[in-house]
Amino acid sequence: MKLRIVVTLKNGVLDPQGKAIEHALAGLGFHGVDQVRTGKIFEIDVADDTSDGQIDEMCRKLLANTVIENYRVERVS
Amino acid sequence: MKTAVIVFPGSNCDRDLAVALEAVTGTAPAMVWHGDSDLPDRVGLIALPGGFSYGDYLRCGAISARSPVMRAVVDAAGRGVPVLGVCNGFQVLTEAGLLPGALMRNAGLDFVCRDVALTVANSQSLFTAQYRADETIRVPVAHHDGNYFADADTLDRLEGEGRVAFRYAEPVNGSARSIAGILNDAGNVLGMMPHPERKIEGAHGGNDGRRLFEGLLEAVG
Repeated sequence: MKLRIVVTLKNGVLDPQGKAIEHALAGLGFHGVDQVRTGKIFEIDVADDTSDGQIDEMCRKLLANTVIENYRVERVS
Repeated sequence: MKTAVIVFPGSNCDRDLAVALEAVTGTAPAMVWHGDSDLPDRVGLIALPGGFSYGDYLRCGAISARSPVMRAVVDAAGRGVPVLGVCNGFQVLTEAGLLPGALMRNAGLDFVCRDVALTVANSQSLFTAQYRADETIRVPVAHHDGNYFADADTLDRLEGEGRVAFRYAEPVNGSARSIAGILNDAGNVLGMMPHPERKIEGAHGGNDGRRLFEGLLEAVG
């Protein structure tokens, strides 16, 4: 089973890298960009019998720092 | 006082800490590899050094916080053994759940490497008893990810319980409420971004960091 896990910063957590990218886009002439937030994507192959609970645990224990980040699990195949 | 310095792959201030600890305690610390599962018996201080452990992969300190030795560090902290995390060591302590909050990319995006002024916010702790309340000291920082973040309730609690040990007395990295170092609720774990081990003798341009180690030695014996 292929998973795609998307980790994003929580609302209210400052994202200085996103801010710098936002400014760079404006500098390239792309107007109307209101906000850029950065994040991470993990593509993970796991055994088909991996439970939702185990996947959730992987996210909470390592892939995301839930103090500052949210995560979303997508089943790709 | 017997001390131990944890060495992770990519630590680069482990030797600085060892030199500082030996200068103050008279005994070289045990250097404990991250893959070990045991700490020396009757250790009086466990120190986690600065550096870029695991190349800051995933998040600063995230992989190190899950290394075998950290289970022993968490157990020792729970028994009241003093634990000091400097710079990357502070990041590891937050990732390991020994301290609240997280260290994020500096607000200005730059790596900041210079001496900074700190205010001693709590001069009653195990680590800060040799400083005066509200004293200003100068200690170097060298980090890219030292921007302390925690939710407002956590920040209020840290301040209310006297768990902010040091604050920046000048703009450095955008840290919430200018926090440079915090204590756990029991007061035996300190994480700080500035490097006290780099200011222990005149040749370092000052010795404001030395009293942290001397205070610990006096308290622990």
